Amino acid sequence: MDIKACLLTTAWLLPLVGFAVEIFGGYWSHHAPGGRFRSRLAAYISVGCIGGGFLLSLTALVFGVTDFDLSLWDSPHHASASEAPATDALAQFAVADEAPAGHGGAEQAQPGDPDAHEHNHVSGRLYELATFGKIRFAIDYYIDSLTLVMFTMVTLIATCIHVFAIGYMDDERTDEHVDHQVHISDGSHLHRPGRFYQFFAYLSLFCFSMLGLVLAGNIFMVFVFWELVGICSYLLIGFYVERHSASTAANKAFIVNRVGDFGFIIGLMILITSFGTFNFTAYNDRGASDQPGLFEMVRDHDGAVHVDETDQGRVVKFHTPNGSDTSIPYWLLVTAGLGIFAGCVGKSAQFPLQTWLPDAMEGPTPVSALVHSATMVAAGVYLAGRFFPVFLPEVLLTIAYTGAITLFVAATIAVVATDIKRVLAYSTISQLGYMMLAIGLGGWAAGLFHLITHAFFKSLMFLASGSVIVGCHHEQEMTRMGGLRKKMPITAYTMLVGVIAICGLAIPWTWAVPKIASGWDIAFSGYHSKDAIVATALTYANLNPIHSLLFLAPLVTAGITAFYMFRLWFYTFAGEPRDQELYDHCHESPWVMTGPLLVLALFAAACAIGGEQGTLFQLLSQSETHVQDVAGSAINLPTHQDIAVFHGQAGIMALLVAGLGTLLAYLMYCRRTPDPSLIKRQFAATHEFLVEKWRFDELYDAMFVRPVHVVASWFSGFDHRVLDGILHWFARTGVTVSGWDRRFDEGVVDGIVNWVAEKTQEVGRSLQTVQTGRLRQYVMFIALGVVTLFVLIFALFPET
Amino acid sequence: MDTSLTNYLLIGAVMFVSGVVCMATKRNGIAVLMGVELVLNGANINFVAFSRHTSLGLDGQVVSLFVIVLAAAEAAVALAIALNFYNNYQTIDIDRGDKLQG
Repeated sequence: MDIKACLLTTAWLLPLVGFAVEIFGGYWSHHAPGGRFRSRLAAYISVGCIGGGFLLSLTALVFGVTDFDLSLWDSPHHASASEAPATDALAQFAVADEAPAGHGGAEQAQPGDPDAHEHNHVSGRLYELATFGKIRFAIDYYIDSLTLVMFTMVTLIATCIHVFAIGYMDDERTDEHVDHQVHISDGSHLHRPGRFYQFFAYLSLFCFSMLGLVLAGNIFMVFVFWELVGICSYLLIGFYVERHSASTAANKAFIVNRVGDFGFIIGLMILITSFGTFNFTAYNDRGASDQPGLFEMVRDHDGAVHVDETDQGRVVKFHTPNGSDTSIPYWLLVTAGLGIFAGCVGKSAQFPLQTWLPDAMEGPTPVSALVHSATMVAAGVYLAGRFFPVFLPEVLLTIAYTGAITLFVAATIAVVATDIKRVLAYSTISQLGYMMLAIGLGGWAAGLFHLITHAFFKSLMFLASGSVIVGCHHEQEMTRMGGLRKKMPITAYTMLVGVIAICGLAIPWTWAVPKIASGWDIAFSGYHSKDAIVATALTYANLNPIHSLLFLAPLVTAGITAFYMFRLWFYTFAGEPRDQELYDHCHESPWVMTGPLLVLALFAAACAIGGEQGTLFQLLSQSETHVQDVAGSAINLPTHQDIAVFHGQAGIMALLVAGLGTLLAYLMYCRRTPDPSLIKRQFAATHEFLVEKWRFDELYDAMFVRPVHVVASWFSGFDHRVLDGILHWFARTGVTVSGWDRRFDEGVVDGIVNWVAEKTQEVGRSLQTVQTGRLRQYVMFIALGVVTLFVLIFALFPET
Repeated sequence: MDTSLTNYLLIGAVMFVSGVVCMATKRNGIAVLMGVELVLNGANINFVAFSRHTSLGLDGQVVSLFVIVLAAAEAAVALAIALNFYNNYQTIDIDRGDKLQG
């Protein structure tokens, strides 16, 4: 077995071990020092497991870089790109003009090379669960550079969050926790035992599920862990289950996800019936089989889809596992793709299923950080990326538009939100929209690049907001904060790193002095990844002018993002305190919380260093599947050369817009010109509309919830009148019949028994008089009796 | 002189009837016991007589020995009852002992 598979499997199973020990190990918790509820042992176990997983993942990443022969610093991409900045911007455009003619050049050959294709992943089987005819359920693994990077990212962020949670959840370490947000009927607050160890057990299970999802080598296994991630988020969002808002939010998250998963199941069924396998690709590790997987069947080595016009309409031709040629209707493959994407929409909170994510803020802040960066929502984007080869142009276009709508809608709502966590929640939705957009536009590496960078800066900002919330004694309204940077400097400035990263602010040396800087812009991670997406979008809009909206939406939203993120920071940390009492009681968090912030800030700043020539991007693009445009489709997907042409232009535009957003935020929230409250009054209707989140909740309420209630009331009426009526009739009949039975029992059966008893008693009484108790009388009777017997015998038997 | 079987049976019958009459008429407990002895010994005479005048050998004599032993035991128990009765009632008039009447 491959060494990377061993390492990643161990890293994957470690959190499960942690979970099992914490949930089933009730014994030690009773005997832990300081008593059952006071022990930190659960946290240490969790941190140990996930931290161990991180070390293993990192080792696997190192092995992967050598095994896959990933040349990070002198790849063909890099060779050409490092020369490009050396020339000036105009020359870049000149190269670009030649690029279409140069298709099939050195760069083109690299992804098409079968050897390269063979070696960029390892897949194999860990354990076969069951075989039903041709359908096999197995635990497979599929490891390429994306898997390795995701593993390292998830375990690193999860470790930071676990450590942070030791501090954040400290008030649960008691046997008499008071929940100030739950009011019991007698007016007091709820008192309950703390749930410290449960929290860490769930966190461990969450990490296990996410890692399993990333490791999965077949779509069935993906689905299983997909649902496990869902149930873990349900448990954690509803962690404060006694709060009505929390339990409702947990239900909402779970039910909304079911809607998406319904599509997912349909997609799964189409794939299994058409292709007969769940596997991504053929195994090339131990237990190798020649059976091709889904990716190889849909697209050949050159990334082309074989579309054919037949008398049954358009079909996609492919080789089945037994070698024969067969085909699947084009529309069916599109439906399968849309189904899989529907699952991603639910998990990644895309339009129109985005409503659950802001409500998920009811969970503890470390959970929000985990859900919003490394696990739950990342799963959707990851799967969309993983299934990229299966998506046909129509599906990709749907993904792109879904992403574009989502990123704009969510960003506008974030502008008016005042709850610090809700701003971040909407920014997550918006950023997920960017990722989906990039994948839909064919900028696969850009989308997953943004997934990784976003995970770092968003977990950083969530943990920082958690630190603020703990510091301010569970106050989440930004309108009561202000000036907190003096009280909690570490939190404030690490948060600033995250804010700058998400806004994509930078000092673009490449553009200004290209000869010296040579691709090393002074920028945090978000600048690079967002740049890559905007560049992809611009290229796409140029190739397909009809879809220009797909470029405008991310560009405008880049400005809005900068505006609302700086609004958040200025509101919370800058200016003068708005609530003096809150400010006076506010304090910086302990080291166990600020430590993870510093680590994450480092990664948020530097993980994407070098941009598209940097290590991370190069690593990710190693596992990019090369796709060719499908014949007969109106969509032209941009190639790397095309994107390189527009990169500089897009970068400047994005930077300008982001700068404008920042400036506006500074003017409005630091200088008060124009005064935000004035604008709010001027556009009261719009403001109201945005505060009510585009009225999506009301819309769904009217469209689904209320009709369901109406139908349910019909059914309950039917139940009450008809079904209950029938049941009651049966019951009444039963009672009547039993009455008859009782009369029969009492009259006849009891009567006979009592009559026999009475008669027996009567006879006994009548015989009583014979018993005189006089001895002499008895002797007389005996004598007379004997005489009588003799007389009788002689009378009756005279002859003997 | 060889007496016939009839004489023995006659004596046995007379003793038996005397005993029964004694049991039925006497109010004194000891007298009743004496009646019982007469009845038993009347039966014993019959056993011995039949044994002597038939071919049964010594069987009748053996049975009457058993009866005598039983009678002794019965007398011991009955006298004990009589003593206890006396202790409780200060008399041995058996007509006083009618506690068993229904």
